[in-house]
Amino acid sequence: MAVVASLLVLLAIEVLSDSKGRNLVSAVRKGESPPAPALELPALDGDERISLASFRGKAVVVNFWASWCEPCKEETPMLQKAYERYRAEGLVVLGVNAQDFRVDARRFAGRYDVTYPLVHDGPGTTREAWGLTGFPETWWIDRQGRLVAYVQGQFSAEELERNIERALGPA
Amino acid sequence: MSRLLVLVAALALAAPALAAERPTLADLEDEVICPTCNTTLELSSSPVAERMRAFIRARIEAGDSKQEIKDKLVADFGEGVLAAPPREGFNLLAWLLPAVGGIAALGTMAVLARRWRSAPPETPSTTPAANGRPSLDPELERRVDEELVRYDA
Repeated sequence: MAVVASLLVLLAIEVLSDSKGRNLVSAVRKGESPPAPALELPALDGDERISLASFRGKAVVVNFWASWCEPCKEETPMLQKAYERYRAEGLVVLGVNAQDFRVDARRFAGRYDVTYPLVHDGPGTTREAWGLTGFPETWWIDRQGRLVAYVQGQFSAEELERNIERALGPA
Repeated sequence: MSRLLVLVAALALAAPALAAERPTLADLEDEVICPTCNTTLELSSSPVAERMRAFIRARIEAGDSKQEIKDKLVADFGEGVLAAPPREGFNLLAWLLPAVGGIAALGTMAVLARRWRSAPPETPSTTPAANGRPSLDPELERRVDEELVRYDA
């Protein structure tokens, strides 16, 4: 009986966690700015762990990608350019490589000369909390740690710029 | 000559063991989950599934055993990449619960069967008449007799 109850609790947690992520997407689409979910993962190129909380005070673009994802090949150079351009103003780009081989992800990052922080989420455990359904998907977070924009699928150059400016806030 | 025979016999015995250690793609395709589609690899043609197949083929070529390939996949994708969870820790529940459920169901059936067998047989409400059919209620029988007498009259 206790085992069945435990399994039901686990099921409920799973369902709630999934709906929480989708609620974030609806909230941001309605113009609200809910707090970003916690995120802490191992760096792609080492054992060090990188947490979103360590970027508090900066605007963050969180891009979920995989080396086998075709649109990611177009987004990555755009993100790298934006990182170089806005870094001095307090922008961080955080690339979350998910459901991918580490070796492929490292090769991909090398091919596009990525210098922004990259983390690896092989099992894709963060995807539900962030309301993700595919690749690529991108969130923009302001300096207070609030979600301000979301693009499902490939973003355009215009969306990237507009949302970065929104995340950075008034100069 | 006898040495040659021993060598041939040894090779014949070792061959199946060597062949068993070398897995095939099909051996692993139904034991590995495609992480983006949550089906086994054999049912998926997604980009990551294709990449996983290429990885498995390369590891087979490199001489890895089935378990070594699985371990490498788990290192990148986590335990969820395995269709059957490993038999350790919390995952043991997935293996034990069906067995426990089966044993509990068998136990319940055995207890019920024993109760049914030991229960006293149902007593008939009326004793059978000479013709083998249940006899009528005495009051009803009296009324039928009265009706018959009246009918004869």
